[in-house]
Amino acid sequence: MKIHEFQAKELLRAAGVPVLKGKVVRTPEEAAHAFESLGAPVCAVKAQIHAGGRGKGHVEGSEQRGVELAKSPDDASRIAQGLLNKTLVTIQTGPEGQIVRQVFVESGCDIQQELYCAILVDRAAGSPVLIASTAGGMDIEEVAVKTPELILSEPFDPDRGLGAYQARLMASKLGLPTASWRYAVQFFQSLCSAFISLDASLLEINPFVLTGDEKLVALDAKMTFDDNAMFRHKDVLSLRDESEEEPAEIRADAAGLSYVKLNGEIGCLVNGAGLAMSTMDLVKFHGGEPANFLDVGGGANVEQVTEAFQIILSDSNVKAILVNIFGGIMRCTTIANALVEASKTIGFTVPLVVRLEGTEVEEGKKILASSDTSIITADGLTDAAQKVVDSIKA
Amino acid sequence: MSILVNRNTRVVCQGITGKVGEFHTRGCLEYGTRMVGGVTPGKGGETIADLPVFNTVAEARDVTGANATMIFVPPPFAADAILEAVAAEIELVIAITEGIPVLDMARVLPAFENSKSRLVGPNCPGVITPGQCKIGIMPGYIHTPGNVGVMSRSGTLTYEAVWQLTQLGHGQSTCVGLGGDPLVGSSFIDILELFEQDDDTHAILMMGEIGGSAEEEAADYVKEHVSKPVAAFIAGRTAPPGKRMGHAGAIISGGKGTAEAKLEALRDAGIEIAETPADMGTAMVRAMQRKA
Repeated sequence: MKIHEFQAKELLRAAGVPVLKGKVVRTPEEAAHAFESLGAPVCAVKAQIHAGGRGKGHVEGSEQRGVELAKSPDDASRIAQGLLNKTLVTIQTGPEGQIVRQVFVESGCDIQQELYCAILVDRAAGSPVLIASTAGGMDIEEVAVKTPELILSEPFDPDRGLGAYQARLMASKLGLPTASWRYAVQFFQSLCSAFISLDASLLEINPFVLTGDEKLVALDAKMTFDDNAMFRHKDVLSLRDESEEEPAEIRADAAGLSYVKLNGEIGCLVNGAGLAMSTMDLVKFHGGEPANFLDVGGGANVEQVTEAFQIILSDSNVKAILVNIFGGIMRCTTIANALVEASKTIGFTVPLVVRLEGTEVEEGKKILASSDTSIITADGLTDAAQKVVDSIKA
Repeated sequence: MSILVNRNTRVVCQGITGKVGEFHTRGCLEYGTRMVGGVTPGKGGETIADLPVFNTVAEARDVTGANATMIFVPPPFAADAILEAVAAEIELVIAITEGIPVLDMARVLPAFENSKSRLVGPNCPGVITPGQCKIGIMPGYIHTPGNVGVMSRSGTLTYEAVWQLTQLGHGQSTCVGLGGDPLVGSSFIDILELFEQDDDTHAILMMGEIGGSAEEEAADYVKEHVSKPVAAFIAGRTAPPGKRMGHAGAIISGGKGTAEAKLEALRDAGIEIAETPADMGTAMVRAMQRKA
């Protein structure tokens, strides 16, 4: 689960991380008022969307950037006007962009140096790790590829947290002046403890800055949470902004299905995540483009399968559907009955190719054959992929 | 021989009184697994599927001599259940539970260092030595005893691969589901080491997926330490970056964990690549012919 920058900063402030004063607004007038009430000579006016790269991104059809500096209330109002209810395209949104519904007006500060840091779980080390770099404000993925030696890392124990010595070590390697180290200890330790206590999966500060008076401040904040841990963070769950998410993905989530929308024409319905990914790969291998990832899980019932079909069909790009089920715990007869039921309720308007294998496969195939549906059955993976790709060529 | 489990493995089920735990305990019993009991705190003294239920893992081990556990405990309590199994010195801990918070696993994994226990999973289908012992949720009948070792991060994809092997006349020594989470107990390397030492395993088939670098590390290990033929399939060549593909661990982030990078590392290590999921069994056959 993702949240907005202004929400992440509220959580960080509560955890003791230094952040600047700011206000989230929804109209140009509110932006002007926010500028006045913050009382700073310069404010940053920042689009709030669930995607990074805003500073370099631009509003569709204009020169307006996703983050700009305002020197007066009028400035703030004008920038907010240029962002609100407009589509912002960044490197992370893809070409279709994302609509800006809120803008964050934040006090400026005296910047001596921009740096980067992030906390995530390092799979190889099996522990959370603080990474940092002097390459602040840059595209960190590019830094990681071109100059990996500029990226420093400090793994830490989730229960003990980041040691003060680790924070000093990091400050020293980053070349921060010794006068700033006590602030660096406070800064890095509170970030790490926020990461742990909130069950984040990523906490990225790009950039954090060394101010003129040698303190550290988080200028940006991107936070993603571990969905599996949200049962113990109802407060964080309340920050979810569904308007930033794909409607079909929200609907799938509610039905206990795992769905990711893609841009192709062949809808896929599969049991198991690995097999679902492989089925997409197979469609592509045979010259088709998958329209989605969809895992119905190990024990799907008729209602879930029907909902899965409706979600796939809600995508108007879908021209054919491939069902690939390897019945293990789920019996092929269950899925076959669900297919017949679903086709009665929905009434398929696109070709439906079904490949069944595993538990009770013969009985399952009989159910499909004796139904009066127009289901195309396939023997094996390759046959299924070819049939579904051919079905949209015809 | 075989690895991890055989007909002498004595298994308890943690979470046996839950619907899923009971269902799969019965499935394992039907397959012929030596299930010896179950554990649910507060339900000691009950009987499920003719097996005694204990309040603690330590008690279950003392009474039944169990040396393996199959965990179906729900996510909020699963980390604690795993730690209880380690404390009771159960040799093989297989965690089936899906949805355990990743930081819970970061807290649990250090407990296995210098312990008598090994962890497989979580979020995995389990481990099976065909004809001898099944611990987990995989359909038993698709497996045949034989000499191909199978390991994978995904459940149904493993079934697919095993089914293809069986159809081609190649049985399996042991099949290990490693799990689809970012942090898991046993890695490809841990299992490669066991397969390499196992006389009954003549070839190894592995299924990886996008996310992390476990496949790249396995490729390096194969290059240095594995003499047996190896074939591999990587799921997720068409997956877009930044999107979690069902499994908590299946995500390309920061340009890392792509299928291309994994395939390149595997090819570089001389591993036979299955180009499509329909080619997993035949890729294994090609690898065996090449080494022969």
